[in-house]
Amino acid sequence: MWEYTDKVREHFLNPRNVGSLDDANAIGEVGSLACGDALKLYLKIDGDRIVDAKFQTFGCASAIASSSALTELIKGMTVEEALKLTNRDIAEFLGGLPKEKMHCSVMGQEALEAAIRNWRGEPAVEHEHEGQLVCKCFGVTDEQIVRAIRENGLKTVEEITHYTKAGGGCGECVGELQKLLDAELGKAPVCETPLAAAPKKLTNVQRMQLVLKVLEGEIRPRLQQDGGDIELVDMDSTTVYVALRGMCTSCPSSRLTLEGFVEKTLRDHVDENIVVKEAAA
Amino acid sequence: MNTVYFDNNATTRVDPAVLAAMLPYFGELYGNPSSMHTFGGQVGRAVREAREQVARLIGATPEEIVFTSCGTEGDNTAIRAALAAQPEKKHIITTRVEHPAVLSLSQHLEKNGYELTLLGVDDKGRMDLDELREAIRKDTAIVSIMFANNETGTIFPVAEAAAICKERGVPFHTDAVQAVGKLAIDVREMPVDYLVLSGHKLHAPKGVGALYVRRGAAYRPFLRGGHQERGRRGGTENVPAIIGLGVACDLAAANMAEENTRVRALRDRLESGLLAAIPDAIVNGDAANRLPNTTNISFKYVEGEAILLLLDQLGVCASSGSACTSGSLEPSHVLRAMGVPFTYAHGSIRFSLSRFNTQEEVDHVVRELPRVIARLREMSPFRAGSEAEAALGKKPGCSC
Repeated sequence: MWEYTDKVREHFLNPRNVGSLDDANAIGEVGSLACGDALKLYLKIDGDRIVDAKFQTFGCASAIASSSALTELIKGMTVEEALKLTNRDIAEFLGGLPKEKMHCSVMGQEALEAAIRNWRGEPAVEHEHEGQLVCKCFGVTDEQIVRAIRENGLKTVEEITHYTKAGGGCGECVGELQKLLDAELGKAPVCETPLAAAPKKLTNVQRMQLVLKVLEGEIRPRLQQDGGDIELVDMDSTTVYVALRGMCTSCPSSRLTLEGFVEKTLRDHVDENIVVKEAAA
Repeated sequence: MNTVYFDNNATTRVDPAVLAAMLPYFGELYGNPSSMHTFGGQVGRAVREAREQVARLIGATPEEIVFTSCGTEGDNTAIRAALAAQPEKKHIITTRVEHPAVLSLSQHLEKNGYELTLLGVDDKGRMDLDELREAIRKDTAIVSIMFANNETGTIFPVAEAAAICKERGVPFHTDAVQAVGKLAIDVREMPVDYLVLSGHKLHAPKGVGALYVRRGAAYRPFLRGGHQERGRRGGTENVPAIIGLGVACDLAAANMAEENTRVRALRDRLESGLLAAIPDAIVNGDAANRLPNTTNISFKYVEGEAILLLLDQLGVCASSGSACTSGSLEPSHVLRAMGVPFTYAHGSIRFSLSRFNTQEEVDHVVRELPRVIARLREMSPFRAGSEAEAALGKKPGCSC
């Protein structure tokens, strides 16, 4: 059982400002059903002052309490003041959050920024364009990670996961997180050989091993990010038989996924002659 | 309403008769069962009787029972014993939905020189025996398949799987922690080499379990020390708990019919009541073949931890496969292996009943939970068919 403060419990059981605002002129949305938490923030901004704020949240108790706290904090603030609000302010307002739940406060801060961008008429910037995508499972970019490190004085990869969720899925990006952390903390990065480009001539065994590696490292994390998954069923020279799992099985565009994404990725990394087929059920 | 305890797959209430049987061994009967004197000897006799009681419940002989401290110890002991006896064999087969006692051990062994094959399950959590047949190799050292899944209750074809392994000469282990006491199990009818049970899942106390080792199966002690358990497990016996486990096994046999009629009927009433009252809810697992006390239901558009905390306010205890309850960021490995969509997996709640539950308690939950779900759905930006669902359900880079 989580050790929530009384204030977290109170804001979870009696959340303030739940719902939508019909006359909102700023809306920010972050998260997704697949991620396990999502927040939609509605603001009414008059002049440059936030006169009303409401939220809808899908998530755990601390996500709901963080959303409630956020709306209480920003009501009456000017836009400029609101932009200075950090995730730590949200956590402090609640008397602290369990460290594994700090990402809930970060979600609040991100929704606020998204709403203000929306109010300013700036495009709703997707994470991908805000920097390099590092954690594919939870869609976290290097900029978000570096910011969390700086604003919260993070010292370990585990803390990065607590604050941003990055690294909490397949774990593939943990090395990347360590590098970002080392760079921030002024440590020399550890050298690492990147995934080698496709060699010219592969034996069947080498090809199969490389297919497995790319499937595990590049393809599965990406599909899992959307609640889907893929399994290697068989391989016959350059024909790869796979089975789609999870959300992919009910997804109308799974055909496109196979050809446009899975096959292309394997051709890029392994062999340009690769053909991907869905294994018969 | 007092506490409504629907979390019996996590742990169970100690039966009052079990407690009563244990108490003297905390008090005047404190002797060491290994002692030569009469004072200790009488305790030794009681331990012997408990061993007979445990053996009787699963059709074993008393010599085939080793008392342990918990299910995890039994699983670790059995798997490591099989591996140690065949050092030239380096392949392990288990399933993707095992309890961490087996899964985490297997993954640890994989990092230390073993090859691991994880068998998949279908959308109802069922394994495929053909997949097992194909996975067995000349160097397979152990096959470990759970008797019933703790999260969904889905029952595995252990007798068939064990027969396949026997035919191929591969030792077979089953983690039967959730099944013993709820299902009739007779090791004479299934060629399992090792079977593990845990006291606190069948109304005995925590801190005691038993490992069944078929006569003739390879064995190496996990804990080396004194000659307790005939040298198979060193360490002075947890006498009161062992006495309790024996009585609990007798009671389990006596209550087996009730477990499969009255408790099953309560579970079914709870499940059908909730499904009727709450839209966008699905049952996870194999409804046709699962433990009589377990139902695992997913509620779309809401998150499990939030449901549990609101249920907690109402005095109702259950558990969830949601990411947020475990401290990990991904939902239950069992639901993911089954391919349950994330949109459902985050909102899964497991209710597991016991013979101590009543219809009144079931009706309380059927009455209250729809309000809890409705309240959280009110708060959620997602709704059936809503624009937000379409927009927010997708993440950047969606390739599906």
